[in-house]
Amino acid sequence: MARITASVYTSHVPAIGAALDLGKNHEPYWQKVFAGYEFSKQWLRENRPDVIFLVYNDHANAFSLDIIPTFAIGTAAEFAIADEGWGPRPVPKVIGHPELASHIAQSVIQDDFDLTIVNRMDVDHGLTVPLSLMCGALDPAKDAWPCPVIPFAVNVVQYPVPSGRRCFRLGRAIRKAVASYDEPLKVQIWGTGGMSHQLQGPRAGLINAEWDNRFLDRLIAEPEQLAEVPHIDYVREAGSEGIELVMWLIARGAMNDDLPRVRHRFFHVPASNTAVGHLILENA
Amino acid sequence: MPLEKPYLDVPGTTIFDAEQSRRGYWLNQFCMSLMKAENRARFKANERAYLDEWPMSEEQKQAVLARDLNRCMRTGGNIYFLAKIGATDGKSFQQMAGSMTGMTEEEYRDMMVKGGRSIEGNRYLGEDGDAQPHRQPQGAAGRVAKGA
Repeated sequence: MARITASVYTSHVPAIGAALDLGKNHEPYWQKVFAGYEFSKQWLRENRPDVIFLVYNDHANAFSLDIIPTFAIGTAAEFAIADEGWGPRPVPKVIGHPELASHIAQSVIQDDFDLTIVNRMDVDHGLTVPLSLMCGALDPAKDAWPCPVIPFAVNVVQYPVPSGRRCFRLGRAIRKAVASYDEPLKVQIWGTGGMSHQLQGPRAGLINAEWDNRFLDRLIAEPEQLAEVPHIDYVREAGSEGIELVMWLIARGAMNDDLPRVRHRFFHVPASNTAVGHLILENA
Repeated sequence: MPLEKPYLDVPGTTIFDAEQSRRGYWLNQFCMSLMKAENRARFKANERAYLDEWPMSEEQKQAVLARDLNRCMRTGGNIYFLAKIGATDGKSFQQMAGSMTGMTEEEYRDMMVKGGRSIEGNRYLGEDGDAQPHRQPQGAAGRVAKGA
């Protein structure tokens, strides 16, 4: 049977992708960000999964205001890199895992979570920046990501966005779905976005490092209680775009009930407008 | 029953809820059209004419022409959609976000490098943090406004 071996959490700031793509990653400003992922790249090489289930949000690229799915699972064989207006990032295309994705969709929908099934979806920086941080720079034509990826997009752009509680419970349903898949696949689940940041209005540039670090502590030790935090607390304390952090609760909910092993923890301010947080948790 | 909006007392912040989304529907869909290179070229060639192809309000069109992102937000824009205008102009998210504060690009970047904007005084309307209405605009624009 398939099983979830570990979860990875990371911010997905677009400027991080741009820094890597433009070869600025050795500049002191960016070196401080990338240094936090040196261990992680080695860890991923040593703990390569068969599939990554990657929770992220689309930033008005695959989805406009025409259709706004709360939870969208990518079931296609492959996903093109989105042109977000600056041209597509020069990274390998994303190979999906249609069989496992369809199995998870069936299991989770019958477990009362109404996913939207998506067969055509360009993936934006929300998905590709975490892959780049964990894999390093890759050639778009000659290289490939280390394994298939199932994109799972969450609406955190237009309100209402899903609650932390619902995200955590959805994670549990995904855990159950993976565990009932026949092939013995090792699956990692990644939760991305955050940490504190605000991209708009006179409060743009807000950072709350204390709140972020408390979030990391609680995500490790008491995720179910953390999942009860209402939206307004994220907005007020971590900025309007800090709401992305609810997506980390999906990944955390998919982990076993036992306390996980913390393999890596990193926090840094800033990357562009944003506080960068990063965790690697292994199922004990 | 009206929509519950517990976020209206957060200073300097517009939450993109259903009401804002309705107000900004065409503004945001216009922004999405800029994801195509040929539309970017047509927009750049004659901004006013391109905007007139969309059923946007005159205030929205003026806000776009002036690149006044705060006004775009007020009239229903969302930053991820508005970012397509920034991309068309060759601006980064940091430049766009900073433009909404009144600070120069350098002032905003320095604030971020020093740890970002503090949460203190910026949780609720009526406090005295730098994002509060009575302290706008900030930075260089604020000094100009005060005649300093």
